[in-house]
Amino acid sequence: MPPIISVSNLSKTYASGFCALKNINLDIRAGEILALLGPNGAGKTTLIGIICGIVNPSEGRVSVEGHDIVKDYRVTRSMIGLVPQELTTDAFESVWSAVTFSRRLFGRRDDPALIERILRDLSLFDKRNSEIRTLSGGMKRRILIAKALSHEPRILFLDEPTAGVDIELRKDMWQIVASLRASGVTIILTTHYIEEAEAIADRIGIIDKGELILVEDKTVLMQKLGKKQLIVHLREKLEALPSNLAVYDLVLAEDGRSLTYTYTTGHDGRSVMALLEDIAAAAIEFSDITTRESRLEDIFVQLVRQRK
Amino acid sequence: MNFRAVRAIYIFEMARTLRTLLQSIISPVISTSLYFVVFGAAIGSRISEIDGVKYGAFIVPGLIMLMLLTQSIANASFGIFFPKFSGTIYELLSAPLSFVEMVLGFVGAAATKSIILGLIILATASLFVPITIVHPIFMLAFLILTAVSFSLLGFIIGIWADRFEKLQVVPLLLITPLTFLGGSFYSINILPPVWRTVTLFNPVVYLISGFRWSFFGKADVNIGASLGATFLFLFVCLIVVWRMFATGYRLKV
Ligand SMILES: Nc1ncnc2c1ncn2[C@@H]1O[C@H](COP(=O)(O)OP(=O)(O)OP(=O)(O)O)[C@@H](O)[C@H]1O
Ligand SMILES: [Mg+2]
Repeated sequence: MPPIISVSNLSKTYASGFCALKNINLDIRAGEILALLGPNGAGKTTLIGIICGIVNPSEGRVSVEGHDIVKDYRVTRSMIGLVPQELTTDAFESVWSAVTFSRRLFGRRDDPALIERILRDLSLFDKRNSEIRTLSGGMKRRILIAKALSHEPRILFLDEPTAGVDIELRKDMWQIVASLRASGVTIILTTHYIEEAEAIADRIGIIDKGELILVEDKTVLMQKLGKKQLIVHLREKLEALPSNLAVYDLVLAEDGRSLTYTYTTGHDGRSVMALLEDIAAAAIEFSDITTRESRLEDIFVQLVRQRK
Repeated sequence: MNFRAVRAIYIFEMARTLRTLLQSIISPVISTSLYFVVFGAAIGSRISEIDGVKYGAFIVPGLIMLMLLTQSIANASFGIFFPKFSGTIYELLSAPLSFVEMVLGFVGAAATKSIILGLIILATASLFVPITIVHPIFMLAFLILTAVSFSLLGFIIGIWADRFEKLQVVPLLLITPLTFLGGSFYSINILPPVWRTVTLFNPVVYLISGFRWSFFGKADVNIGASLGATFLFLFVCLIVVWRMFATGYRLKV
């Protein structure tokens, strides 16, 4: 299947001369959830801005279902919903009229039943007649989501949708994301909560200093770069590693009370068994075994740190 | 053509006016009445007639023009400046909306407001002095053309301005002086010849003169020149707006 969004050789240099994106190439698959991760100022919002028509690209091109975002902007923008990073809402409008306005802006016929359903899903329906300025920050975030969904986009960009949002709303949000994905909507999101990306994304893209340093299926990424650790807690203090254990990449703790074995997640686990057998053969008694798995967060930190 | 979007912007902008009824309608009416009392009653008692028109009536077209120009600019510039300032512009930029449609929505609403305002001021003035309009069709045409042109100018200013103060600069330093000096309250024919010639470089003279002609059938400058100047101004504004959008000037980064 051809990609739903295709970004090729995209660069952005702001008027200040700052180069925020450097030659980005990225294909986004229809129906997937792609999480874009990257430190502050990496260029995530800039990339989203270009695809949505808010930022002018300096070089390169983007197409959405084969339509160029500059030449065929009407077609491409009709397909895209955007929840911006900043909480930017009108102050004096009511929730209902603000969301209705968004739908009209995208050229869609009024559909009060749909707007009601969206507001109910976001627990905003009770507030539909309130002026937006009287609502809390989390409510305003919901309004931005409702506005983005009002025109039934097939592609949804969520730029840090969970920043400053409580646990309840965060759960609601992922519920909505999951049901949108189930209905075939392609979702691109950015977040600094990496465990979120780990939980819901199909693919992970990592941007750093304007460069896309990696795009990979989440499971592949975790297998390739994820590490596991097996920690063997010893009954008695060990002074040095016995020779039959030298073949393993083992670290003896300073206090001599534990052994740590590090291996990759993709491993079949046979060596773990061999290790335990060899420990037993060396007549080392252990009281407990614990394991640790590196999270996406560790991988992310490691990748970004490597480039510093 | 995304007519739904044009309508949505138009309705949104008109709703904003209704919310701020006091400052958008009532305050211009009050200030016009004040001008009327000061100029009409105080000075009018000394100058009885200009070109055979009672002074009180003579200043009505100029007063309407003054309000029309300042209010068109104020409304349209604020209408587009505010989304830029608050950040809600992101939605307009990410919508399937051409610049023509955005202009139609914003400028259309600003011009509508000014036209309504102009008519309200006309009605208010007619409470003070009897007014007859010799060429009502031309009167409306000038009213509409001027409202549209200066709403466009306001739109341009709103896009150009990156700080609140800049919204005030052009109206305060340019439009208000040009209007006062453009014969709102006098006929430029009473000026010494040198100053009269200088005044002819003031484009607002042509607007006021033409508008006054539609009321009384008498003008300071040729009516053809007035119409020509009005269209020229409209055309220049359209070109500027078009260039701004083509380059994403101060809307897109
Ligand atoms: N209008 C602008 N003019 C000049 N530089 C800009 C502009 N907008 C953004 N930048 C710069 O471009 C870089 C990328 O910004 P961007 O907002 O895309 O980062 P981000 O990855 O979204 O960061 P965050 O996680 O903080 O949201 C930053 O260094 C920022 O300072
Ligand atoms: Mg950002």
